[in-house]
Amino acid sequence: MDKFVYDVVVIGAGGAGLRAAIEARLAGKRVAIISKSLFGKAHTVMAEGGAAAAMGNVNSNDNWMVHFRDTMRGGKFLNNFRMAELHAKESPDRIWELETYGALFDRTKDGRISQRNFGGHEYPRLAHVGDRTGLELIRTLQQKIVSLQQEDKAEYGDYEARIRVFAECTITELFVTEGRISGAFGYFRESGDFVLFETPAVVLATGGVGKSYKVTSNSWEYTGDGHALALRAGAKLINMEFLQFHPTGMVWPPSVKGILVTESVRGDGGVLKNTEGKRFMFNYVPDVFRKQYAETEAEADRWYTDPDNNRRPPELLPRDEVARAINSEVKAGRGTKAGGVYLDIASRLPAEQIRKRLPSMYHQFKELADVDITSAPMEVGPTCHYVMGGIEVDPDSAAAAVEGLFAAGECSGGMHGSNRLGGNSLSDLLVFGKRAGEHAASYVDALPARPKVAASDVDSATQAALAPLERKDGDNPYALQHELQEIMGDLVGIIRREGELAAAIKKLGELRARVAAVSATGGRRYNPGWHLALDLRNMLIVSECTAIAALEREESRGGHTREDFPKMEPKWRKVNLVCGMGPNGEVTLEHQPVPTMRDDLLNLFDKSELAKYLTDEELPA
Amino acid sequence: MSKRKFRIWRGDATGGELKNYQVEVNEGEVVLDVIHRLQATEEPDLACRWNCKAGKCGSCSMEINGMPRLSCMTRMSTFEETETVTVTPLRTFPVIRDLVTDVSFNYEKAREMPAFAPPVGLKPGEYRMQQMDVERSQEFRKCIECFLCQNTCHVVRDHEENKKEFAGPRYFIRAAELDMHPLDAKTDRKELAQQQQGLGFCNITKCCTEVCPEHIKITDNAIIPMKERVVDRRYDPLVMLGRKILRRDQIAPLASTEPAVHAGPVVVDETKAPVDFGRELLPPMGAAVNAKGKVDLNEMLSDRSAAASPFGDDVQFPVDPTALNYYHPDKL
Amino acid sequence: MTTLATRPSGAKARAAISAKTLRTDRWWLSPLIIAAILLFFIVYSTVRIFMAKWYFVEDYGYLTPLYSPCLSDSCVEGSSHFGTPLPKLPFFLPLGIVAFPIVAGFRVTCYYYRKSGYRSLWLSPQACAVTEPHKKYSGETRFPLLFMNLHRYFWYFALLVLAINAYDAILAFRGKDGGFGLGLGTIIIVINVAMLSLYTFSCHVCRHVMGGRLKHFSKHPVRYRFWTWVSKLNERHGTYAMISLFTVLLTDFYIMAVSAGWFPDLRFIG
Repeated sequence: MDKFVYDVVVIGAGGAGLRAAIEARLAGKRVAIISKSLFGKAHTVMAEGGAAAAMGNVNSNDNWMVHFRDTMRGGKFLNNFRMAELHAKESPDRIWELETYGALFDRTKDGRISQRNFGGHEYPRLAHVGDRTGLELIRTLQQKIVSLQQEDKAEYGDYEARIRVFAECTITELFVTEGRISGAFGYFRESGDFVLFETPAVVLATGGVGKSYKVTSNSWEYTGDGHALALRAGAKLINMEFLQFHPTGMVWPPSVKGILVTESVRGDGGVLKNTEGKRFMFNYVPDVFRKQYAETEAEADRWYTDPDNNRRPPELLPRDEVARAINSEVKAGRGTKAGGVYLDIASRLPAEQIRKRLPSMYHQFKELADVDITSAPMEVGPTCHYVMGGIEVDPDSAAAAVEGLFAAGECSGGMHGSNRLGGNSLSDLLVFGKRAGEHAASYVDALPARPKVAASDVDSATQAALAPLERKDGDNPYALQHELQEIMGDLVGIIRREGELAAAIKKLGELRARVAAVSATGGRRYNPGWHLALDLRNMLIVSECTAIAALEREESRGGHTREDFPKMEPKWRKVNLVCGMGPNGEVTLEHQPVPTMRDDLLNLFDKSELAKYLTDEELPA
Repeated sequence: MSKRKFRIWRGDATGGELKNYQVEVNEGEVVLDVIHRLQATEEPDLACRWNCKAGKCGSCSMEINGMPRLSCMTRMSTFEETETVTVTPLRTFPVIRDLVTDVSFNYEKAREMPAFAPPVGLKPGEYRMQQMDVERSQEFRKCIECFLCQNTCHVVRDHEENKKEFAGPRYFIRAAELDMHPLDAKTDRKELAQQQQGLGFCNITKCCTEVCPEHIKITDNAIIPMKERVVDRRYDPLVMLGRKILRRDQIAPLASTEPAVHAGPVVVDETKAPVDFGRELLPPMGAAVNAKGKVDLNEMLSDRSAAASPFGDDVQFPVDPTALNYYHPDKL
Repeated sequence: MTTLATRPSGAKARAAISAKTLRTDRWWLSPLIIAAILLFFIVYSTVRIFMAKWYFVEDYGYLTPLYSPCLSDSCVEGSSHFGTPLPKLPFFLPLGIVAFPIVAGFRVTCYYYRKSGYRSLWLSPQACAVTEPHKKYSGETRFPLLFMNLHRYFWYFALLVLAINAYDAILAFRGKDGGFGLGLGTIIIVINVAMLSLYTFSCHVCRHVMGGRLKHFSKHPVRYRFWTWVSKLNERHGTYAMISLFTVLLTDFYIMAVSAGWFPDLRFIG
């Protein structure tokens, strides 16, 4: 077994992980970055729209307060207000910083970073590069890491003197000694060899949990590793019932099922139609949004050219509203055979314009499915996309409940409340990635002595990792994963009911014994079956958290829709559902009050607006 | 739905073979779907890299019917019903297992590529660039690092020995991207491309462009412009004359490279060390420079390809071990 | 402590696949066709430049581009548009001694012909993902292929030759009586000059010189405009390279035929 000693170990090499690693390295720490796949392939590349930051380059009325308001509204006031505040204040700096690393965003006429409109944002706010912003972000951070390594090479003669990337390496266990993080254990995918990292600080940046769902835009990596590692180490998860279903994922043809159609298709003029050819979104504008959205097609169409004097089209409603609308249309029998609706941009813009504005969208459809979006509408439907819930962290330091454990990006919770605005994830991971790295470094500095990993912990982690290979009569991991996805997709999907959720919890409980007894064939070298077998328990526990929390929350809010409780309840706004792990590995659930917003922030809102979310006694006088 | 014939390379560094499979294929599927079906049924341990399955991450590079391609973007409908589809790992890189190869060559080359040099005196937020100026570099930043171009380039595909001196198309577009970046402060990227990346190895047969899934015009927009920029500096009579007369954009001398020194001294018992550690060693020779303090443009006359060594070219290999302050740990 | 960094890593093996290529398409077809075309042109032009006859039609002022400019005392009367600074040449020196090496060099060092030549004639490589037959490869890093970098010089001179060709084309608007005239030959010559211009101006060097070498387009709007145009042309550089090859051949053949009297020029005016 290989053994390494680092100051900070960052698990996850997506945007948040890399940003955290950069910050910890800049603070003078020796950093390891652990990536489940190759360096630079992280799921961040899938983000297309852009990174939200109130720079005010396109509309000078924009500032952090407006951004904060939009974020809180989007999250239905369940957000951790402090996180939303930090995010709105710091994201412009984080974006500008990227330029000094070499990022090339699209420009305005006067040479500044161009910003585009996006659902839920009052002003054009998303810094973007065509429709491949996520790729730009990950590449920029990746290249910044390389440039830091070059500095180290100049200083120490070794590229990896202070920052090293462990590609294709999976962490299966975190070690806690006397209440503090002491190390991490995992295996190299390539060789199957085990590896031990001795480190006092771990930053979790492992992304989401989408692979537990049947239709998802997430890749195989999104098995909720960070969530599960944190749970097992003793940290808590909050808001796990809130999952974002992207309203427009491709549903046909099957080779591209689940792949997202970026919201900018709608921002640039795309409209949703049912099989009767009706532009149905006008029927689904909820009362809270009635004032900001157009009521007629004519007004909506004028908005694209004259946004100051017209209200925006209802296609740009927050994601959950659009997803719910599509779901209702399909359930009412006005959907396509594959269970979607039409997203039409072909009849709204000339072909050349579409190719220019949405190049990779065009290219993706053409190459993956031989569909020409400039000539035919797309078939889209809700797709599991993002988990708002995650590891509960301190807003300022990104520290989780266990000392030495930090979390940033999608795997942390609280920032987005019950629903995330498009574009907020990229800026989220920059803002809190930096904070996590910074505070992990200062935590290490303040530490009097490094905790030691217990030898018995390493032995039991080794045994647990090898167990699936040694068992011969267990279930096939692929079959189990398929069953899990079926349960979650059918019973804990976008529209939820009490009976179904209870059934899901029961089935997941039955699955647990089988997952514990899963077996994998083959050897240890690059064996995907074995890797999946090890990931399954993470997927299962996180799925249980989601199901249990979803059953508990008896209201509909953001990414959580209960058919039996269709209304948003102000009393539930005061509650965060917090999952933990009991002594026997079972999921525990607690109610915890949502932090009360400071008055100066509360005063940024109209009282009439607050009344839609808060209970009477919470309203300011 | 129909059964299709597949031949997939199974094996590892010690050897392997093409194995035959009969797999179900549904309408609208891509090759990666079929591989996943094989994993879920017959061959749970079939190794294959993939991530996004949407042509955005560049993980699932392999060779399908001999052509380097992304398997998530190779539709089954492009093959005949009766055709046998042959899937093999990338040939240029060492194989790990089945369809997975060790692509660390590319990451090493990436590290040798000097990073973006931020302009002096501009704070974050003060960067101003025009869209027309960033567009050229943006094309290269579309790269998803699937390494298909690196794999298909015959310079390293057919000649393993060139790997040391040749960075490959992926890093030529990186060089071009930075050289065309409106605010990059480094001025010697052309020289670096020629001397350290091995730009001269490229004989523009355009296979990199042919296989690029992002349709980046690697040859026309990056390699040839870089070659032309090198020509500007080294071979073009008019440009040289113009520079002499106008005394403009003088070539900045290459930054003197300090010899790499490992962190911290190695402490070894003097009596055990196979070499004398107290010996005074001559400092490394510098490069041979002319009266102006520059390295001569001696490529046409030189007996070696690429640049003269900045440490001097008078070292004979293999180096006499007793002339080094190094000991092999196993020799103790 | 063992780390991956210190573990000895010998040369790791590639996948053991013995086939030179597993491509199933007809990858050999295109290099084969290009090779045939190139070889044909090389043979044809070699034969033609040493023929030293049938290169000028005096009646209509047609001069084949392979002999232009004709600067030697050996040139037939009327074909030397720029005088005869050169003495009589021995048989082993072609009459197009001044321009032919330039245009030949321009084409040999052209980025498009380099691609087709390396692929079709040198098999380095013959097609993508097909193992090439050579044991060693050093590309254009050393003599003699290093000279491919001289494309820039050739382009400058090729511009001059193009101007001369254009002048020849103007002189080809001549009737038997010495006044204005127009025949099929004139049209062929003009088309040839047009194609040569497209080829020369779509060249990568042209694209670079026009604006490609700039770092900031925004500071040079005119050159940016030129660069945009040349970039458009440049996308079809290969097509123009091939078309102009055939138009040169056709022009030369037509003039040879008329000059030799195999068939008369088709006259429209004069």
